[in-house]
Amino acid sequence: MSTVPRIECIRLNKVYLDTRGERVVAFKDVSFQIQPGEFVTVIGPSGCGKTSLLYMLAGFESKTSGQMLVDGRPIEGPGADRAVVFQEYALFPWLNLRRNVEYGPRERGVSRDKMREAVDAMLVTVGLESAATRYPHELSAGMRQRAALARVLVNEPKILLMDEPFAALDAQTRLSLQRELSRLSKEMNLTIMFITHSVEEAVLLGDRVVVMTARPGQILADVPIQFARPRDPTAHEFSDCRREIEALLKRASTLTADTLHHNFAAQVTGASRE
Amino acid sequence: MAQPTSQAVAQEQSAVDEPLSRPWPNRLFASRVLRGLIVPAVIVAVWQLSSVTGWAPSASIPSPAAVIESWYDWIAGPVTPLAWYSGTWATYALLSLRRVAIGFAIASAAGATFGLMLGWYALVNDLFENFVNFLRAIPTTAWVPFVVFFFGIHEKAAISLIAFGAFFPIATNIAAGARQTPRTLIRAARMLGTPSRKVLWRVVLPSTLPAVFAGLRIGLGLSWVLVIVAEMLAVQGGLGYALWSAYQVNRLDLIVAAIISVGLFGLMSDWLLVRLSGLSLRWQRGLIGQ
Repeated sequence: MSTVPRIECIRLNKVYLDTRGERVVAFKDVSFQIQPGEFVTVIGPSGCGKTSLLYMLAGFESKTSGQMLVDGRPIEGPGADRAVVFQEYALFPWLNLRRNVEYGPRERGVSRDKMREAVDAMLVTVGLESAATRYPHELSAGMRQRAALARVLVNEPKILLMDEPFAALDAQTRLSLQRELSRLSKEMNLTIMFITHSVEEAVLLGDRVVVMTARPGQILADVPIQFARPRDPTAHEFSDCRREIEALLKRASTLTADTLHHNFAAQVTGASRE
Repeated sequence: MAQPTSQAVAQEQSAVDEPLSRPWPNRLFASRVLRGLIVPAVIVAVWQLSSVTGWAPSASIPSPAAVIESWYDWIAGPVTPLAWYSGTWATYALLSLRRVAIGFAIASAAGATFGLMLGWYALVNDLFENFVNFLRAIPTTAWVPFVVFFFGIHEKAAISLIAFGAFFPIATNIAAGARQTPRTLIRAARMLGTPSRKVLWRVVLPSTLPAVFAGLRIGLGLSWVLVIVAEMLAVQGGLGYALWSAYQVNRLDLIVAAIISVGLFGLMSDWLLVRLSGLSLRWQRGLIGQ
């Protein structure tokens, strides 16, 4: 592709001091691109720096070195073009559902009529029109995450950064939210980076699955998932793909950025292209 | 489609609140207000009984009936130079109320503003934290001589003592609340387009509101303590002044009447504040224990 990638990271490094003041290398020399409209899922062992990576793209955390570009321009702090969906929903508890969704449009100074129209439409999209006057603590976990999704999508972001958004939901709710997200991402032409712990979720949703190694993290494999949506987790090709990612993840947990290139790089790229 | 669902939820919640069976004491005292009055009523009854039976000598402890009689004179008796207390209750009560209201208002405004800054801006915190902790460690009553020396026997002495004393619990509670603002909420606001200079107003303040009311409640309680101290030592008039005057003429019945008066005012003002917080913290209802 000759177009500018929506998200591009070039030899990105993140070092931070933990609570005891010790230096921790979260990840090392991470480079990747995400094209406009692509849905990329990221999976890796706990502590591999995937959340740090997401928060850096969101502008919440600073990079140590390297480049982070959105549409070719470096990231400077948080912005409404990069929406974030948190695992813990992060709805404002003092605002009712409608006010939560209105928060972004109000901050951006959208006119009252336009805002009302957009918010109404978005509440219908996520199926919460009847719960608009309820406060977050009066909503179920699934409804809260729908609300959090509505709150960011109403701003028509280009990029959606999602940090294990469905991890705390029950299986039923998770499945329906996964389906809706999959549909919405294509309808709204969203570029999505989605962090997950579930291989099944990664394969179900991703156009590509990025597998990261243990800390210090680095990208072990970047596997394209080519079969059509909506995907059927019981299909043969799905299970094959899932097995492949599971094998990669198993290997990823024994590797770090420091050991990766010396021993395994060649084998790994071979495996992922099979 | 939606209506039945929300109704079902409401029914489910009320079903949880209802006890499964209601034993007879619960049925008898179904009203919670009524139940709350039982203990005070028993205490007054025992008190009256012990006076009537002579178990408590009336010379040292006045009976409830005697207290009510003197209290009535204090409230409704003719104003006369012969008895300092007769008919002065309303005037004194208003004097105390006014001092608490002004002092507490100053403490609230200053304490809330300063507390938010202290909790949110690292620089303000570094500059003031130790100094505030030092001032907080001094019992406010220790300032009485200083305040009287400074203002003389004047309204300003009482009001500044209340304002100064109530300022600290309000400011420190709010500062603690502001420090605990969840980081994800700040991040959520930032990614939704709130510029960093507006985060204090948009996120920190609303998320601190429960702590604000907790601080105000403590501050209000302290205001009543300080108004009595100030009136005993620093200014003329007021319930604390009456309390001290009654002591000087050995009128225990009036002392008790004054104590109960102060208690009732404290209770009422606290109730008002709780109602007010209930209105602005509607979003928090049911949040406890979740």
